[in-house]
Amino acid sequence: MGYLIETVYFLTAALFILGLKRMAHPTTARSGIVWAGYGMVLATVVSFVHPQITAHIIPGNYVLMVIAIAIGGAIAWYGAKKVPMTAMPQMIAIYNGMGGGAAAAIAAVELLKQHGSTGTAPGTHVLLMAVAGALIGAVSFSGSVVAFGKLQELKFFKDDAKFRFTGQQMVNLAIFTGAVVLGLIIAVNHNTSGLPITLFFLLALAFGAMMALPIGGADMPVVISLFNAFTGLAVALEGFVLGNSAMIIAGIIVGSSGTFLTLMMAKAMNRSVANVLFSNWAALGSGEAQEVTGSLKPMEPSDAAIQMAYASKVIIVPGYGMAVAQAQHKIWEMCKLLMERDVVVKFAIHPVAGRMPGHMNVLLAEAGVPYDLIFDMEEINEEFSTADVALVIGANDVVNPAARTDKSSPIYGMPILNVDHAKNVQVIKRGKGVGFAGIENALFFADNTRMVYGDAQKVAAGMIQGIKDLG
Amino acid sequence: MEAVVALFSPIYILMLAGILGYEIIGKVPVILHTPLMSGTNFVHGIVLVGAMVALGQAVTPLEQAIGFLGVLLGAGNAVGGYFVTERMLEMFKSSKGQEK
Repeated sequence: MGYLIETVYFLTAALFILGLKRMAHPTTARSGIVWAGYGMVLATVVSFVHPQITAHIIPGNYVLMVIAIAIGGAIAWYGAKKVPMTAMPQMIAIYNGMGGGAAAAIAAVELLKQHGSTGTAPGTHVLLMAVAGALIGAVSFSGSVVAFGKLQELKFFKDDAKFRFTGQQMVNLAIFTGAVVLGLIIAVNHNTSGLPITLFFLLALAFGAMMALPIGGADMPVVISLFNAFTGLAVALEGFVLGNSAMIIAGIIVGSSGTFLTLMMAKAMNRSVANVLFSNWAALGSGEAQEVTGSLKPMEPSDAAIQMAYASKVIIVPGYGMAVAQAQHKIWEMCKLLMERDVVVKFAIHPVAGRMPGHMNVLLAEAGVPYDLIFDMEEINEEFSTADVALVIGANDVVNPAARTDKSSPIYGMPILNVDHAKNVQVIKRGKGVGFAGIENALFFADNTRMVYGDAQKVAAGMIQGIKDLG
Repeated sequence: MEAVVALFSPIYILMLAGILGYEIIGKVPVILHTPLMSGTNFVHGIVLVGAMVALGQAVTPLEQAIGFLGVLLGAGNAVGGYFVTERMLEMFKSSKGQEK
């Protein structure tokens, strides 16, 4: 049986790697996840006859196994199918947390077995890995639950400030140190009672929650990505404990790719990971923004439509505000009308548009926008100077020229889309409020900028009508 | 000598798989970052098989309860991770209709 298991686990690892590789390109991405899915199904099926289980078969455990898979799978399947696309980031967070929790549970069972001495006595280094995996997995679990709560905008988590207090980092450090010390005692002292184990898990869970609680919603993607890497690492560590090669390989790949992805996301937001974790957004920048001169010049949707209809090139800059208004379908409908009039239409995506990198692409894809019309910031930034119209929808800070010039601005240094280089700029905006960073946007006051006020969906409908009226 | 080889082979695995993870994500366009994060999230759902082994070996009711929870959470990770990723990737279409 051992050979069967190892062969299938090998196949699974290969399918995971090839699947992830295929996910790296839009045309093959869909097949990539399917390949990885086959790997998962194969590994799960053969694990029912894993030698470590069949050595001493306890029939009741099989019943529990099937029930747990059925319940966990059904709930997750239902959630995954029902969730709207705008809520994707928090769903990823919660599923990730589940994986971390599962890794911690494996460690708990292994440690308890040691305590009850029902299994063969593993060495100290094995117990150290079990404890390390448990700590990381538990942190990922409770942290991800908090991240989910925040992005879902549950009432309890709404106010970030209420979770910030002086000496917070010292308290967190104390909790973390306590968990590490207890973990070392459990691993080194082979004959521990259940109490330190329980206490250890409570401290680890508390640390995860404490770590995520003060972090604002906008920084959450970086944190979710970090917890994703954590879970991968925890899975790899428990894989070493169980001697399970599929878990080791998959866990390490996720751990390293997740770490890299976290760094890339933080870089795109012009923040360091440490900065996201240990400082508050409000504490950044001196807040004394440069004086903004000029006036806001409003424009009717129908006039904006005419300007675009007679342009030769229009670049659209979507922000999360567009997604909140669910305007992407209407916007795409308008783009199709423009393209029928031989207007070149392109979409420009800032790395942090939406709620995590690539989220905006998913939202546009949902509306049916082909991915070859969607461009990253580096690809399209030079093109704004050749565009007749740049249409900004529900985006603000990512097009604020203050990031280039104003050293006192909290967003100074963040790469931005060069919307202000376009011949004409139209901004669809709900009201006159400032952006997430709480600062005025000089772009909106520029001579070539026109503000189209209103709900993005209604404005888009007005623009469609305006283009159609031209005949 | 054999003990040394046994000690080092996991370290080699660690190094190679680590580099592989880095290589896979390094070549991915930004537009696929969210689906890819979701995809790696699915991949660590393999924790399910470890949880199954842990539950399978559980003897006391407490071990069984924790093992049960582990399998439940692991299954949630694997199943949820898969369908969320698939739903996102399903939507990526090219204007030239060369979707596979």
